[in-house]
Amino acid sequence: MKRALGFGLLMLVGAALATPVRAQEPGVTVIRGATILTVTRGTIKNGSILIRNGKIARVGRRVRAPRDATVIDATGMYVIPGIIDAHSHIAGDGGLNEGSVAVSSMVGIEDVIDPEDINIYRDLAGGVTTINLLHGSANPIGGKNVVLKLRWGKDAEGLRFQGAPPGIKFALGENPKRSNFRPPPGFPARYPATRMGVMDVIRQAFVEARAYRKTWQDYQRRQAAGEENLIPPRRNLKLEPLVEILEGKRLVHSHSYRADEILQLIRLAEEFGFRIATFQHVLEGYKVAKEIAAHGAGASTFSDWWAYKIEAYDAIPYNAALMTQRGVVVSLNSDSPEEARHLNQEAAKAMKWGGLSETEALKLVTLNPAIQLGIAERVGSIERGKDADLVIYDKHPLSVYAVVQKVLIDGQVYFDREKDREWRQQIAEEKKALKEKEEKGKGKKEEESEKAKEEEEKPPAGRDASGAF
Amino acid sequence: MPSRRASRGTNRGRGSTVALGLGVALLALPLGSAERPNEPAYFAIRNARIVTVSGPVIENGTLVLEKGLITAVGTDVAVPPEAWVVDGEGLTVYPGLIDALTTLGLQAEAPAGAAPGSASQALTQLARQKPSRGPEDRPASTPWKNAADEIKTSDKRLENWRKAGFTSAVTAPDKGILPGQAALINLAGDRPRELVLKTPVALRVNFQSLPGFFNFPGSLMGVLAYVKQVFLDAGQYDTAWTTYENNPRGQERPTYDRALEPIRRAVKQRWPVLLPGNRAKEIRRALDVGEALGANTLLYGAHQGYAVAELLAEKNVPVLVSLKWPEKPKDPDPEADEPLRELRYRNRAPSTPAAFREAGVQFAFYSDGLATPKQILKNLRKAIDAGLPAEAALRALTLSAAEIFGVADRLGSLEEGKIANLVVTDGDLFGEKTKVKMVFIDGRKYEIREPSRPKEPPTVDLTGKWTISVNTPRGPQESTAELEMEEDGTLSGTLTGRRGTATITSGWVSGNKFSFTLTITMGPRSMEATYTGTVEGDEMSGTVSMGPFSTDFTGTRPEGGTTLRAQGWN
Repeated sequence: MKRALGFGLLMLVGAALATPVRAQEPGVTVIRGATILTVTRGTIKNGSILIRNGKIARVGRRVRAPRDATVIDATGMYVIPGIIDAHSHIAGDGGLNEGSVAVSSMVGIEDVIDPEDINIYRDLAGGVTTINLLHGSANPIGGKNVVLKLRWGKDAEGLRFQGAPPGIKFALGENPKRSNFRPPPGFPARYPATRMGVMDVIRQAFVEARAYRKTWQDYQRRQAAGEENLIPPRRNLKLEPLVEILEGKRLVHSHSYRADEILQLIRLAEEFGFRIATFQHVLEGYKVAKEIAAHGAGASTFSDWWAYKIEAYDAIPYNAALMTQRGVVVSLNSDSPEEARHLNQEAAKAMKWGGLSETEALKLVTLNPAIQLGIAERVGSIERGKDADLVIYDKHPLSVYAVVQKVLIDGQVYFDREKDREWRQQIAEEKKALKEKEEKGKGKKEEESEKAKEEEEKPPAGRDASGAF
Repeated sequence: MPSRRASRGTNRGRGSTVALGLGVALLALPLGSAERPNEPAYFAIRNARIVTVSGPVIENGTLVLEKGLITAVGTDVAVPPEAWVVDGEGLTVYPGLIDALTTLGLQAEAPAGAAPGSASQALTQLARQKPSRGPEDRPASTPWKNAADEIKTSDKRLENWRKAGFTSAVTAPDKGILPGQAALINLAGDRPRELVLKTPVALRVNFQSLPGFFNFPGSLMGVLAYVKQVFLDAGQYDTAWTTYENNPRGQERPTYDRALEPIRRAVKQRWPVLLPGNRAKEIRRALDVGEALGANTLLYGAHQGYAVAELLAEKNVPVLVSLKWPEKPKDPDPEADEPLRELRYRNRAPSTPAAFREAGVQFAFYSDGLATPKQILKNLRKAIDAGLPAEAALRALTLSAAEIFGVADRLGSLEEGKIANLVVTDGDLFGEKTKVKMVFIDGRKYEIREPSRPKEPPTVDLTGKWTISVNTPRGPQESTAELEMEEDGTLSGTLTGRRGTATITSGWVSGNKFSFTLTITMGPRSMEATYTGTVEGDEMSGTVSMGPFSTDFTGTRPEGGTTLRAQGWN
C-alpha cells in the first residue's frame, strides 16, 4: 500500500479549501487502475474505487480522491466484492454441534465465537470477507447461527456482522436421524431415527412454540388488563427462537440432501406459515428447483462434491446452474476451512458445468449469499454506499491462476500478501526468541551456579537453531 | 482448564487414587486432631518487623493477641502479664495468607491434579446414569452443596498450606457446571464448624461440557445456554415466591426447588458468582455471560488478563488469578510447530498481576490445584519477577482477598480487632530461602515442622521417569514416578497409578538415599504415603509406608536420567 506524499501546509490548505470536514476524516482510501467486477453494474476497466468511512463512496473510471487519501495501486489487477461463505464452521470454541438433544435451539454460536482461529485468516487470504457461521447438523432443529465479518485481530464482538438478521440451523436426513453414528454401548439411540421422525420432531417443536407464544400473549393481556399478583411464565430459551421463526424474525438455514425431504420441509413450513431462508447442501435441489423457487427459499450448494454418503449420491455438477435457471437464488458454500480458500474457483466451475455467465458465476459467492443472509443492502456487490469489502486479485478471479493480493473489510486492509511475507519473518524470529527464553528458564538453576556463569561468557556453542542442545 | 473428570457430577466419593492396594489397611487409622486444653489464650510477639498491609511497616514492634483476636499492634504496646511472649528478634510478622479458591478440607473430592479417567471409563460411568436431555434435567448441578457443610479437618493439605503461611482459604466444591457454594475457612481448628469464617462467600460456575454426544450439554455453547436458562428459571422462581409471600391468601404456593433457591439468593443478595476464563476471549465471554445472568461476576483464572486489564478495570470486575501458570505441554508432538500465540501466552501469563495492578483491577491469588505450597510460592515469585511489586503481591494474598469476599472488616491485615491470623517468617515472605517459623490461626500458635532430612548432599540424580512396582497382598502394583531433583537434593514430581496422579508434597535425596511423600485420597480419607529407599544407577528399592502399614517396592528407570541435567553438573 502506498501513501500519497504529504506536502505539509500546502496539503492542509488545499484540503481545507475543498472539503473542510471530510479532509480531516481518517480512512479515505482509493484503489486505482483496476478491472472492477462490480457484479451488479458490469465490469469497469482501469477503474477506481473511493472508500470513505469504510463505505464505497465512488466507483468508476474517473474518481477524484483527496490528496491525503491512501492509494492502493491495483494497476493490471482485478477487484471483486468480498466473497461470502454461506456455510462455515470455523472460529468456534468448544464444539459447534450440541448433538445431545434433537432440538438444540437454546444454544447459539454467538456465545462461542473464537476470534483467534487461524482459519479466519486463511479464509481471508482466499478472499472471504463474510461467513455464515452455522451450528452442526446433528439435530432436526439446531442452534442459532451468527454472521461474521472476518476482521482478523478483533475480538468476538468485533467480528460480528452488526445488523445481519438472526438465523438458525435445521437439518434433515441422515445426520439428524443419526444413521451414520452409533451410540456407545449402554446408551439409548436418540429419537428420531427416520425422516418421518425428523419431521415429527420439527412439527412438535413448533406446536410447542405456538403454545408458548400463546401463554405469553395471555399473560401480557392479563397484565394489560391490570390483573394483580400475576407471575410471568417461565422463559424458555429453546422455544424463543422458534417463536421468532413463526414471526418471520429469524432465518432458517436447513441442511438437506434429498428432493423428498426438501419438499417435506417446505410443506411443513408452509403449514406453520413461515419460509425457509435457505436449503444448505441441497444436492438434489435441481429436481425440485421450481418448488424451491415457488416457496421463496434460496439454495446454497457445493460445486462438485458428492457421494460421501448415500444421500449425497444423486448429485450432479449442474445443480447450481440448473437451480439458477429456474429462478432460485443460489450460492456456493465451503462447509470446509480448506474449500473456503478458493470459492472463486468453485464459482468458476458453474461456468463449465451449466454455462453460467461470468457475472452469474461470481454472484454465487458474492451477491447471492448476501441476499440469502439478508445483508445484500450492505455487501455482495461493488456499489456506492455499500460496505467497502473488496478483494484484489492479480489475475481474473475466475481463473485458477488468480491469487489474492489484498482483502479489505470496511475499507481496512485485513490481508496483504506483501505484509504477510514480512510477518512470516518477524514471527519466526519472535518464536525463536521465546523458545530460547523458555529453555533458559528451565535451566535457570544451573545457570545460577558458578559454572553456568562461566558458560554464559562463551558463545552459545552446542545449541542448534531451535535452542535445544 | 480443569480436567474432564470434573464434569462427572455424580462420581463424587469414589476412591480415585494412585493404585497402591493398601486401602484395606487404612480403615483402622485414627483420625482427627488432638485437643489442646492448656494452650495459652494470650500471646505477644515482641521486637518483630510487623508488616500490617493496611498501614505502614513497623520495623520493631509488638503485637498482642488475645483470645483469637489482635488486640494491639505498634511500637508502644503494653504486654499483658498472662501473655506467652515470643521473641520476634529477626522475625517478620505478616497477616495470614489467603488462598482465594481451593478445595481444601473437601477431601472427598478427587485429589487436586488427579488425572482424568479414560474416555471409556467416563462413558461407562455416564451410561449408568440417566442421560441428561436438556436444561430441565439440571445436568452436573449441585448448587445447594455448601463447602462449609463438607469440611474435614483431616485433610492433610491444611497443614501443608500452613507451612507456606496460608491461614485461610476459600474452598468450594469444584465438580460439574454448578458445583456449589464456596465458604471461607481457616486452615486449622478442632472441629469442622470452627474453621468456617463465612459462608456462603460465592457461587461457583464452571463452563464444562459433559463428554460425548449423549448428554446435554455436550458443547460449550450448550453449557452457556444451560447456565443462562437456569438463572432465568431462578429469576422466575424468585418472582413467584416474592409474589406469593406478599399475598399468600388465595394464591397457589410455588414449589420449593433446592437448585433454584441458592441461585435466586446469589443474584438477589449479590454473592460473587465465580465465572471461569483464562484466555482473553474466555474472559470476555465470562464478562458477557455474567452480565446476561445479572450476576455479580468474580472472574477466576485470568492467565491472559494482561490483554484485557483495561476492560476488567472499566467493568470493575474483581479477579482471582490462578497461580498455575500455563506450561509447555508434556510430551508434545516433536514435529508440531507451536503457534506464536501459545508461546506469547506462556511467556506473558505471569505478567498479568502486574498489569492488573497497573490498570487498577482488584485481584487475589489462588492455587488452582497446585499440589504444594512450595509451588505456589515459586509461581508467585514469577509474578513478582514479571513486574508485580512484592507489597502488591502481599496485598493480593491478604487484604484484597478479604475485600473481594467481604471480610476485610475482620481479616486480611494486622489491625486491632481483627482475627488473629498471622504468619511469622525469618525474612522476606517471598525470599527463596525464607522459612515460615509459625502461623497463628484464631490466635492459636501452630509450629511449622520441617521433615527431618539428612545434611549430606546427593551423590545420585533421581531425575527421570521411574517404573515403580509395589509389593501388595494382591500382587505387584505398578505405577510411574516422574521425578525431578534439584541440586540441593530437593525432590519433586508426580506418581501416576492405574487410577490417577498424585503430586509429591515433600522429598529429598541425600547420598544415595531418598525419601518422598505424597497425599493419597481413598474414598473419604486422605493419607500420606512415604517412599524411602536407595538408588543404584537406574534401579531403586525401598519401603513405602502409609500409616501403620508398610511394604517393599522396587523401581527402574528404563530411559535413564536426563542428559540435559547430567550436562548441567560437573
